[in-house]
Amino acid sequence: MLSILVQRSLHAVLVILVVSVLAFLLTSLVGDPVASILGIQATPEDRAILAERLRLDEPWVVRYLSFLGGAIQGEFGISYSAQRPVGDLLLERIPATMELAFSALILSLAIGIPLGVFAAVYRDSWVSSALMVGSIVGVSLPTFVVGILLIFLFSVHLGWLPSFGRGETVDIGWWSTGLLTWSGLKALIMPALSLAISQVALIARLVRAEMLEVLQTDYVRFARARGLAPRKINLSHALRNTLIPIITVSGIQLGFLVAFAIVAEAVFQWPGLGLLFLQALGNTDLPVIAAFLMLAAFFFSAINIVVDMLYAVADPRLRVKVALGST
Amino acid sequence: MSTVDPAVAATTRKAPGRWQRFWRSRLVRSFRRSKTALIGAVIFLLLALSALFAPLIAVTDPYDLATLDLFNSHLPPIWEEYGTAPFLLGTDSQGGDMLSLMLYGMRSSLTVAFLAVATSSILGTTLGLIAGYFGRRVDGVIMRIADIQFTFPAILLALLIGGISQSLLSNSARAELAMPIVVLALGLSHWPHFARLVRGAVLVEKNKDYVAAAKLAGRGPWTIMRRQLLPNVLNPIFVLATLDIAFAVMGEATLSFLGFGLPPTEPSLGTLIRTGYNYLYSGEWWLIVFPALWLVLLVVSINLVGDWLRDALNPKLHQGS
Repeated sequence: MLSILVQRSLHAVLVILVVSVLAFLLTSLVGDPVASILGIQATPEDRAILAERLRLDEPWVVRYLSFLGGAIQGEFGISYSAQRPVGDLLLERIPATMELAFSALILSLAIGIPLGVFAAVYRDSWVSSALMVGSIVGVSLPTFVVGILLIFLFSVHLGWLPSFGRGETVDIGWWSTGLLTWSGLKALIMPALSLAISQVALIARLVRAEMLEVLQTDYVRFARARGLAPRKINLSHALRNTLIPIITVSGIQLGFLVAFAIVAEAVFQWPGLGLLFLQALGNTDLPVIAAFLMLAAFFFSAINIVVDMLYAVADPRLRVKVALGST
Repeated sequence: MSTVDPAVAATTRKAPGRWQRFWRSRLVRSFRRSKTALIGAVIFLLLALSALFAPLIAVTDPYDLATLDLFNSHLPPIWEEYGTAPFLLGTDSQGGDMLSLMLYGMRSSLTVAFLAVATSSILGTTLGLIAGYFGRRVDGVIMRIADIQFTFPAILLALLIGGISQSLLSNSARAELAMPIVVLALGLSHWPHFARLVRGAVLVEKNKDYVAAAKLAGRGPWTIMRRQLLPNVLNPIFVLATLDIAFAVMGEATLSFLGFGLPPTEPSLGTLIRTGYNYLYSGEWWLIVFPALWLVLLVVSINLVGDWLRDALNPKLHQGS
């Protein structure tokens, strides 16, 4: 157990270091940050002052180390376009993205698990085969297409839901949440749904496959022989055993949801990290891009560690394999 | 019904022709049985052919402004009021026929997708062969790079590569290099999938007798990789490549929609949806709904075939059959 944790952590450190080098190269060797902040009409004095403030005159090894040191403390310099510390910009955007991704995850589990269980229990019914075809359609729906079609239906045509923004938010400490206001919840529905749909298909397929396998096992057959009600067998004996792989897969799903949240945020103008990143790309706002890279490296490494640990807990065979050094 | 195992038949009788062997193979038989795969393949072929022959079918040519007539702009589909022949699905703000735009758009979408998959599969297969065959240090380095990439979801990598390289270019260079950048972004984000797959297969194959025989015959490592190992790991590569085309089509559309893919002057399914998105509230719904559904249809057709292919080539599912 510990050896997996150490191994994965070392891997995470490697990932973060590699990404930090790339992020640093991006901010320091590309373009002229002074010109991109001040524009072409700046005086030489202004340029010199800014160059010193940005520490552009030091050797790059020193600058890399100070970049890395700053990154560890959450300091990434000043955004070219917003003229504010990048760390603050990112921090205030985190709640929006996290609420969106987690809502989508919960939504996809809440729809996907029952669908999968149903399809497994009634494996020969038309619903089951419809679900299998439907899930292929589900994974073929790009997030932005679902988002646009939802806007088209519920905002443009029916006028029920807002097509952009986050609604009203409430601050709890530094975390601003949209989950506590009516308009915030209404604004969340479509972005979360557009993110969730392709994941619903994946979850439903996974649950179905796992359930079918578990329903073949001896202890389910014995439970049937004991005369237990099918409902009890399906839900408490079978489903419980399929939950372990579902939990680990949910971790991977969360990673994908955060990645695709960038797309959903663009469609719905959701004020999260993704939108900030896209705007930074549009403005060539390099400190923000670099900080986003670092944050992504950290976030996805953390998710991978958690997922790997969950796998190890769920599947003891893997524990042995890793201990023997063959991954 | 007693079917002769093709491998046995090949050794006892005169070997049937290549085409016959192909038609009788388990793969093709299972394809002919799978309704969803057939439907998917037919839809995809129709779409691909219509994209290929777009210049013959299309009413207007988005690359030739002379075929556009502003007089015909903003027309709704033909079944609505003011709908005008020959613009079946309506026209855009330039007077371009929507159906023609989508055919040309699908052309660039599919071109980008095929080139991207070619990039990722060739790169991934080569690196996977090298890693698996040489092992040790080389293997460690290649697979470590792959692992680092695997930390991130592929779509995020594609967006990072495409977005950052576009944002670093000047406007004129951006439009010119847009296509290669999208191809590279999608290709580079997916090569580890191929590398991992091929490496795993090579690790199994390289200890077999035929590889030892080739070594004894004095063949060099590169020849062995190409002539002995590659043909034996092609099946899974093929499955992955098929599924990857769906990813690449969606990836191109996503990048273009976000503004980091093809430029608006180059119609693709993604850029068409991006343009249509601006008209969402104008009532000109055909500008957005048709390209969106067209894109979904294209991806679904590929995934229907890919899904069958994955099952058909999965040895686990054939046990006892």
